[in-house]
Amino acid sequence: MGRHEEKASFDAAGAAAVGERPRDSVCIAILGSGGAGALTTGGLLLEAAARRGLYGMMTRSVGPQIRGGEAAAFVRLATRPVACMADRFDAVIAIDWRRADRFADELALDAESLLIGDPGKPGDAAAAPVPESLARSGARVVDIAFADLAAAVPGGRENMVALGLAAGLVGIAAEELDGLIAKRLGAKGTAAVEASRAGCAQGLAAAAVLPVRFPLPRPEAEPGPRWRITGNQAAGLGAVQGGVRFAAAYPITPATEVLEWLAPALRRLGGTLVQAEDELASINMIIGASFGGVPALTATSGPGLALMVESLGLAVASEVPIVVVDVMRGGPSTGIPTKSEQSDLNIAVMGCHGDAPHVVVAPLSVGDCRLTTQWAVHLAETLQTVAVVLSDQFLGQSQAVIAPPEPEDFGTRRKVLPRTVEGYRRYELVGDSISPMALPGITGGQYTADGLTHGENALPSSRASDHRAQLDKRAAKLVQADYGAHWAEIEGEGDIAILCWGSLAGAAREAAERLAEAGAPVRLVALRLLAPLRTEALVEALGHRRVLVVEQSHSGQFLNYLRGSGALTGETRSLRRPGPLPIRPGEIAAAVQEWRRS
Amino acid sequence: MTDDRKDAAALAAGIETVPELLAHALRIEEDAEERYLALADQMETHHNAAIARLFRWFAGHEAEHAREIRERMAGMALPEIKPWDFHWGDAESPESVDFTAVRYTMDTRAALGLALEAEARALAFFQRIVEVARDPEMRRWAEEFAAEEAEHVRLVRAEIAKLPPDDGQAVERAEDPDPPNEPL
Amino acid sequence: MNEHPAPKRKASDYKSEVKPVWCPGCGDYHVLLSLTRMLAASGTPPEQVAVISGIGCSSRIPAYTNCYGFHGVHGRSLALAAGLKVARPDLTVLVMSGDGDGFSIGGNHFLHACRRNIDITYVVMDNQVYGMTKGQPSPTTDPEWDSALAPGGTGIRPFQPLVIALASGANFVARAFSGQPNETARIIHEAVMHPGFSFVQVMSPCVTFRPEQAAWKDAVHPAPVEATDDPARAARRIMTDDGFNIGVLYRGDRPVFDPHSGAEPVPLSALERSFAL
Repeated sequence: MGRHEEKASFDAAGAAAVGERPRDSVCIAILGSGGAGALTTGGLLLEAAARRGLYGMMTRSVGPQIRGGEAAAFVRLATRPVACMADRFDAVIAIDWRRADRFADELALDAESLLIGDPGKPGDAAAAPVPESLARSGARVVDIAFADLAAAVPGGRENMVALGLAAGLVGIAAEELDGLIAKRLGAKGTAAVEASRAGCAQGLAAAAVLPVRFPLPRPEAEPGPRWRITGNQAAGLGAVQGGVRFAAAYPITPATEVLEWLAPALRRLGGTLVQAEDELASINMIIGASFGGVPALTATSGPGLALMVESLGLAVASEVPIVVVDVMRGGPSTGIPTKSEQSDLNIAVMGCHGDAPHVVVAPLSVGDCRLTTQWAVHLAETLQTVAVVLSDQFLGQSQAVIAPPEPEDFGTRRKVLPRTVEGYRRYELVGDSISPMALPGITGGQYTADGLTHGENALPSSRASDHRAQLDKRAAKLVQADYGAHWAEIEGEGDIAILCWGSLAGAAREAAERLAEAGAPVRLVALRLLAPLRTEALVEALGHRRVLVVEQSHSGQFLNYLRGSGALTGETRSLRRPGPLPIRPGEIAAAVQEWRRS
Repeated sequence: MTDDRKDAAALAAGIETVPELLAHALRIEEDAEERYLALADQMETHHNAAIARLFRWFAGHEAEHAREIRERMAGMALPEIKPWDFHWGDAESPESVDFTAVRYTMDTRAALGLALEAEARALAFFQRIVEVARDPEMRRWAEEFAAEEAEHVRLVRAEIAKLPPDDGQAVERAEDPDPPNEPL
Repeated sequence: MNEHPAPKRKASDYKSEVKPVWCPGCGDYHVLLSLTRMLAASGTPPEQVAVISGIGCSSRIPAYTNCYGFHGVHGRSLALAAGLKVARPDLTVLVMSGDGDGFSIGGNHFLHACRRNIDITYVVMDNQVYGMTKGQPSPTTDPEWDSALAPGGTGIRPFQPLVIALASGANFVARAFSGQPNETARIIHEAVMHPGFSFVQVMSPCVTFRPEQAAWKDAVHPAPVEATDDPARAARRIMTDDGFNIGVLYRGDRPVFDPHSGAEPVPLSALERSFAL
């Protein structure tokens, strides 16, 4: 069984061979060192494109500094919705080149790419040439004196010149930028608006003389309503859509925005958010709130999840519904807090001590963070268990311009004890293994929820028969549940299946589309439900195909999990790489084609 | 007695009316019954069946006393008194065996000894009221209760007298053959 | 907690059928009695009360009551209770803990629960030893106390929970002794009625591992002065007393934590609008 090792540099030729379509999609990196405004520029570019009717997304890469560090905005603009970055960058726009080399690993460039930047004047403190790490790609270097162009305008800023240049590069007109600037900067006063417009005009003029441009056509049909949203915001929206009205929060990169979105949202919805002293507290706070009958959620990242694991087991054992959104980052330990990796699969699925079956789901795109989180709330509430949502930094912190993601009416309703009962047994072994839950206030429903092994009457027991019966019950309720069609997205036909999960669905789908257009189609299976694994359905979805398992993990956590489950019955290859470098669609397509050739 | 119930009898002087006295008398018996039941449960949980039976027997007696008091005061409205407003000070009602005085290895002599202390405290409580009561009716009630408690003291003493002579080995028998932290 | 006029309830109405596993002679039996007597006196219906605990001998208490209970993981009871009380402000929430659960593994939550000042009552049954794991030193154990885990004693200074509570912002601080169950009931009742986070340290002897604590009942005495509303004064008194002052030591008036906006909830569509281009 072969394995594709990580490639040191991107094989652009391989990607081109399978049909890269550069002109319905343009990928631009905007770089700058401290305070240059690269991220603001990227966001404005994305919004300007959206106003033109385009789609797109923006990811970010920043240094460890809180303020003033080097920053890069990676913007992909397209005439159709996109869910991943492209294989390569058409252009890098550097407001200055001073710390640009630290992004070299993340900037896939080739001879067709442009390196546009301000080298500065010799002797100038800000002066720096194009770093060798980027120049050796063979990309064409274009010097644009952003500083001089900005200085020529009263109150002019270099990043506005860069915005104008980027707009010109993709064919956005001056008047389209003007409207955006008026909207975004109007509050700063007429002078600021005028200065920004003038700066943009400088950039637009500079773009006109570039050796090559990548204009994107307006969509032929008028696009419908679109949102600009991040995955972390979408997860928050899905949470409240599912009924969450309590959240506990401990800040952690890159999950904090889920909580910061929820804080005012919950207040407006009549719910509450409490900032906890640590993740040990936040997980227990949501268990307490949910015990009281209020659907509850917290969001964290790997280190926080590690602290929560003991109490995940408590919620499983005491059958208290809770949802934990884990926005994954590079690990182990502190790892790379600001960058993405799919390496919390093991802890999310298997982290608990004891046998503690629970639900693990993963959103498949930025917009899907909404549905998947809502679904997680639904599953937790109806199955009275823990649901972990495995988002990641790529989904969570990317801004995407997308059609509004639709919620679904799951009819979420916790099975709660009706008022006033006698002889209540909290953990009664009932047909669907989901026993009615008494909520405080219900007369006769009093019980003590317990992490100790208990009998049907909720009282502690160390008897083998009680232990077995309750383990069986908690396993059975997850098995009997109806997960509907959301467990995976299954598309296409072909001799090879690409099998992935979570955020990699975007790149895998684009690879599958390119292969289909090239007449070499594949089946795509992207798992949204990771636990309990729908093994039989997965075996059926994969059929007798060869399976390429794609994941962003060093050890192949997904592959090993699938192997252990018995879902992989035939010939299998692994395409994997740790974070933070994304696996791009061209690599996946190339891996499929190489397997076919070999 | 080493606990601060030594002040209980003095505090009894704060009881000023017959209904108050009856509320105290009833609570003494109810508390004593409840305590003996709890101690019997403890002994059962810890597999000391003989002492569990003994405590349960005492509980039955206290229940009977409580029933008698209730019958005799039929129709009389008793005041509602919060647990901490009874006139036995900060500790407990006098006839309740101290929870912390029992051990799971205790023998009949030790258990009867605790019961005797409890009855004697109740006796002292009512005797003190007899001494200080100004209302003749209240004094008459207190005398009656004191006489009953004196009879209980006599009965428990008689039970103790029936035991084989104290061989001085009780402490050794009380040693725990299953200590909680058996050294390896 | 609201006073509930009717129907009349007895302490036994707040006890479950479950027989405690505590050793005969344990002070915790008294604490259970205090708790049920206190609840009966308040009249709060058992189903409106939640008793939350962690792990340890003391933390077994919820199942011995007829209230709603949560016997959670070690050290996290205050956090669980905070979530419950914020989500369900209508409930009376009591947290019952021990010195190991509350001051060692749960120490951080103790500080922040005091700071946060949610309207809950925290009762720590302090016997200065880990009983359930069979006799190890806890944060409140004397430094000289000899044990298998710390031969010759830990040599480290005991934790001062009452002073820590004052420094951290607890709104009500009291010390009680389990052997005085009616006084303990009174103190816990006042703690429950006092707004905000109330902390009651109940000295509760361990008959098995600390038999010498039987002497506590002769050592305790009522605090010689009235409770103060000055935390600095209260702290000074506690730091200079003999450790056996019983009673309410501090009553504060800090605002109670309440994250509810009180405004009419908006529909979800109002939140969605912010994403539309």
